[in-house]
Amino acid sequence: MLAIDLKNLTKRYGAVTAVSDLSLQVEPGEIVAFLGPNGAGKTTTIDMMLGLARPSEGSVAIYGKSPADAIAAGEIAAVMQTGGLLKDFTVEETVQFTASLYLNARPVTEVLERAGITGIASRRVGKCSGGEQQRLRFAMALISDPRLLILDEPTTGMDVEGRRDFWGAIRDDASRGRTIMFATHYLDEADSYADRIVLIRQGSIVADGTTAEIKNLASGRRVRVTLANPDVDAVRAIGGVINVEQRGDSVIVNCSDSDVVARYFLTSTAARDIEVSSQNLEAAFVALTADASTPMLSGARP
Amino acid sequence: MTATTVTPTNSLRGPTPLGGFNVTALRLEIVRVLRNRRTLFFIIVFPSFFFFMFRSSGGRSARAQADFIAAYVMISMAVYGAMVGTTSGGATVAIERSLGWSRQLRLTPLQPFAYVAMKVLTSMTLGLIAVCSTFTVGAISGVHMAPETWLFTGVLAWTSSLVFAAFGLLVGFLFPAENVMQFVGPLMAVMAMFGGIFVPLNQLPQGLQDFARFTPMYGVGIVARAPLVGGATAWALGSIIVWTIVFSFGAMMMFKRDTARV
Repeated sequence: MLAIDLKNLTKRYGAVTAVSDLSLQVEPGEIVAFLGPNGAGKTTTIDMMLGLARPSEGSVAIYGKSPADAIAAGEIAAVMQTGGLLKDFTVEETVQFTASLYLNARPVTEVLERAGITGIASRRVGKCSGGEQQRLRFAMALISDPRLLILDEPTTGMDVEGRRDFWGAIRDDASRGRTIMFATHYLDEADSYADRIVLIRQGSIVADGTTAEIKNLASGRRVRVTLANPDVDAVRAIGGVINVEQRGDSVIVNCSDSDVVARYFLTSTAARDIEVSSQNLEAAFVALTADASTPMLSGARP
Repeated sequence: MTATTVTPTNSLRGPTPLGGFNVTALRLEIVRVLRNRRTLFFIIVFPSFFFFMFRSSGGRSARAQADFIAAYVMISMAVYGAMVGTTSGGATVAIERSLGWSRQLRLTPLQPFAYVAMKVLTSMTLGLIAVCSTFTVGAISGVHMAPETWLFTGVLAWTSSLVFAAFGLLVGFLFPAENVMQFVGPLMAVMAMFGGIFVPLNQLPQGLQDFARFTPMYGVGIVARAPLVGGATAWALGSIIVWTIVFSFGAMMMFKRDTARV
């Protein structure tokens, strides 16, 4: 059974389309980074997965259940970006309160330990730093031992040390086999902690692949030629080719070995105007997520 | 990218009984609300302070009349404390909505009706604390009433404050603001005046007296003092019932709007 199954998800707010025909399947145990700039539709998508927003079209299934049923059963939990804490509670009371709402909660001491906040258990929430509050949210999310954990830009506003501690706690937890999906606009976070990256731009997925695939896509070369009727399948069959894109008479090939691709075009086709360029992860990210005129790539997971 | 190790257990997962309502959460909730010094001030210190202030206004009267005034003022202040306590209990909803706690709770199995039930019980606990503390201060400072009058006035002051638990919830679901009580406080003082809490109603101008009959505090004041002074009317009792229904209905509408906004 899929951990996450989003089918043709669309969310409109009046004339604005925040999420557009988005489909995404996540297998149990995957750690997925949901990467995109602010306003790309990450939070809206997450809200629909949590049942906090109702899709205009399409469907959400979490381990085969509706979001509401998944929440009632403690299958899914989330660490939200901000808010959601009461200043007058202590750290421990906040977790106790949350635990009391579940049929089968993990022991409070255990989740405090796993979130690394045992030492501040008796501190008032209002006196905790941003990073401590975020680890408290993480502890609350662990209470039901959820099979799917969602983190919405969990390290926004944290200092370097806070971010490192937080991800340390997440990484320890992830080794237990929980499915994790986190939204972020930090490339390095996606790179360091995910084994799959889903790039989202303007409410649509523009690239989806393993971290290695996305890195190849980004760190490889780009070969552009002018060719009227390319044999796209033949190009795709070349070793190291990540994807092939056609724009009018132009063919753009992202690949890890540009020499082989260039040789193919020069020896086996009538291609001309050949250009080879390199790109880094940052540039690929910007190109993929920022430029509205760039058409969707045929991703590594078609 | 295969799922490597343990998939967290799926045994015994399911909706929580009673929609998540439980005693631990209720206890933590009450403890938390009592940490708020402002709330404590208005339900404990303030009513006792006014009790001492107003009872001395009967200082030179004959002994029997002084006793009567002291008891009358004590009950009124208990009603006032219970009213502020229950209202602020319900109004915590406003704070929790403004801080995103309500949203956080929607990510747990807690059902909305269980949340509201816990809010009502928290409110009524605050009301009970207000009545008990005012009566304790009254008893220590020498208020005399028959034992059953203590019991009946106390129970009535407390139970009739349910109307303000509903009022507090209405306010809480209506205004998502952290400082909501600063606006509701003065409104309650006006309502208390129409309930004959600070000054007996018959000392108000006739026009205000007539108007007071239609305000929420009117019935509560009369019913709570009835075991001492008599004068419980069908109108007063009806006033409590009607206002409880009005506020509960309003709170329910706002609550539905709030939870439907997904």
